[in-house]
Amino acid sequence: MIPASFDYQRAGSAEEAIALLTEHGDEAKLLAGGHSLLPLMKLRLASPSVLIDVGRLDDLRYIRDAGDHIAIGALTRHRELETSALLAEAAPLLSHAAGHVGDPQVRHRGTIGGSLAHADPASDLPAVVLAMGGTIVVQGPSGQREIAIADFYIGFLESALAPDELMTEIRIPKLNAEGWSFQKFNRRAQDWAIVGVAAVRANGSTGVALVNMGSTPLLATGVVDAVKSGATAEQAAERATENTEAQSDINASVAYREHLARVLVRRALEESGLA
Amino acid sequence: MEITMTVNGIEQTADVEPRTLLAYFLRETVGLTGTNIGCDTSSCGACTIHVDGESAKSCTLLAVQADGCSVTTIEGLANGDTMHPMQRAFQENHGLQCGYCTPGMVMAAVSLLDENPNPTEQEVRLGLEGNLCRCTGYHNIVKSVLACAAEPFGATK
Repeated sequence: MIPASFDYQRAGSAEEAIALLTEHGDEAKLLAGGHSLLPLMKLRLASPSVLIDVGRLDDLRYIRDAGDHIAIGALTRHRELETSALLAEAAPLLSHAAGHVGDPQVRHRGTIGGSLAHADPASDLPAVVLAMGGTIVVQGPSGQREIAIADFYIGFLESALAPDELMTEIRIPKLNAEGWSFQKFNRRAQDWAIVGVAAVRANGSTGVALVNMGSTPLLATGVVDAVKSGATAEQAAERATENTEAQSDINASVAYREHLARVLVRRALEESGLA
Repeated sequence: MEITMTVNGIEQTADVEPRTLLAYFLRETVGLTGTNIGCDTSSCGACTIHVDGESAKSCTLLAVQADGCSVTTIEGLANGDTMHPMQRAFQENHGLQCGYCTPGMVMAAVSLLDENPNPTEQEVRLGLEGNLCRCTGYHNIVKSVLACAAEPFGATK
């Protein structure tokens, strides 16, 4: 399968990428690792007329200790997240989950920024960053702005990124070695999660987020409320499907997804020691 | 667009359409047909090659993304008539049946041992999760990789 024709532009800097985005508007798509975008283009589900390759912006490829948080360049690859000693210490949920994205070949090429910006509710990292309360830093023609991850996802494959903005950094609060768990349920190795759960306690507050239970990654606020009021893991997990809108597809019916959400939330609460 | 990349140590320059996938570039432009295209949806791993020393699925990379990179295909592993230790391990341990997945399996396995020279059986299985064998010959594939890892010098040439 070959994608439809497009014009290819390679950005040499973030500023150049933003200038190209401004020039081409919503006809253009950014290409990082390409492991979300290219499969869609091959299936002709996406046909951008211009691809702006930001994959070589190595100054956006870093994992740094920034005091109260970890700063991750948007072009950092999953393999780098998976093997980062700094993340293993300060944000083990993220490095662990990054090691479960796709397969090794995908992790060698795919980037955290690409995964978050693609806004696929079935992806692992959006829910993980949501559970951790991360912040997305984006750069546009008029400068830089920060978006709380809870405000970042708007709809299916739709985020708060404007057409002329580039995600540059992801900020993750340090977790100080408190409890966490990542549960991913799929039928075959390397598949997307049929349902997934990321749970973490960071600096005294608890975050639980769901993969593939709606059109965006979702915070399980009912579960967190139950945990705060002293519920057991089993009791709290009964609230896992509140405000979800699971879809039925070839892998799972709505009822089965909701069942999985309850089971996986319970396991996540037990493994992390959150309840 | 004109691109130049090193393929198995030899510089290749060609004018390609931006939408040309690396797998097709290697097979049709460079003429190296050892890299198989299986599912063409980045699931099966038959098209696995190395880009700058790391395994990648060449059906999900544009040739223009590999511009300036060093690419290794299955044809680049052997040293003349001497097989790479991983190729020999697959031969000696019956690590292939129909052979279609084999180039990708071998390339993924070499990359796996580069990153983890002494994997457990479970680590080999997880490390090859991106490669499918429709003969279901996984048992001997895993055995081959473990045999290669156990050799002196492991997967290094």
